[in-house]
Amino acid sequence: MSQAVVAKLREAFSADVLDVKEYRGEVTVTVKKEEIVAICQFLKDEAGYNFLCDLCGVDYLGQQPRFMVVYNLYNITTKERLRVKVPVEEENPRVDTVSTVWSTANWPERECWDLMGISFNNHPDLRRILMAEGWVGHPLRKDYPLQGPDREPYQGRLS
Amino acid sequence: MGVTQGAEKASGAEYSKVLGNNVLTTSLDLVVNWSRSRSLWPMTFGLACCAIEMMATGAARFDLDRMGVLFRASPRQADVIIIAGTVTHKMLPVIKVVYEQMPEPKYVVAMGACASSGGVFDTYSVVQGIDQELPVDVYVPGCPPRPEALLYGLIKLQEKIMRERNTFGAAIGAGDVIPG
Repeated sequence: MSQAVVAKLREAFSADVLDVKEYRGEVTVTVKKEEIVAICQFLKDEAGYNFLCDLCGVDYLGQQPRFMVVYNLYNITTKERLRVKVPVEEENPRVDTVSTVWSTANWPERECWDLMGISFNNHPDLRRILMAEGWVGHPLRKDYPLQGPDREPYQGRLS
Repeated sequence: MGVTQGAEKASGAEYSKVLGNNVLTTSLDLVVNWSRSRSLWPMTFGLACCAIEMMATGAARFDLDRMGVLFRASPRQADVIIIAGTVTHKMLPVIKVVYEQMPEPKYVVAMGACASSGGVFDTYSVVQGIDQELPVDVYVPGCPPRPEALLYGLIKLQEKIMRERNTFGAAIGAGDVIPG
């Protein structure tokens, strides 16, 4: 069933679908970030994915492009799931917001920016959501020191 | 009538004595310290799993009330704040506001490993011991401490308050405070 959706998606956005993977019945589609809003709108209107379960960022430090934004979609009517991934480069990481498609994307996008430092264009309220006010840095990035930037890193027990 | 007459007779005989057994002499320190240490009202304030243990200490089995320790829901009425749990940098401003709202004299108990040193949370988001921000009077070790440990910590705080000198005298302009 998800394969039919993927076929429709390939038809409509043939130039933008980079990769399709199926693993244990879970379908993951990797697409170009420039068309993410149009693709999400298409998946919502034409394929019935009316609920955005979660939106998160992944840091593949050392790979190019460094970041991925992952959209986990759910069709409440047919109880089907689809995962959409978008690669984001390290230099000026920005994606268009999908809060215009699913308004629930507002807070997950804030979280993604707060912890991963991926910015969202046209977001209505891009503030920190988890970290304290005035925090510097994005602590879920793999190159963020665990004990914070202002402390000596832990060297292991001496005895 | 007979009773009254008997009393007059007896008191007439003892007028020469000074006030009898009805007066105790003591120091202001002792009275003030005694009343402060026997009515330690903690702030109702918990941060993590230590708060569960603190609630157990307050409940019927361990019963903090018998020591005059009654939880108050307002910092304006509290004497002691028990930092019961992990202090994150996001929570720290809230704790500081609550502490500032408490009237003097005020005491701080760091309950458990997290409040004392950060505990197992050696990370960017956790304050590595509340003593970096507030003056801690008693540290209670444990993860979380048993109710007996918290009770013992509060008894130690009572002993510490009993050793204070001239805290009340300084308020009326008589000498310097000598902390316990």
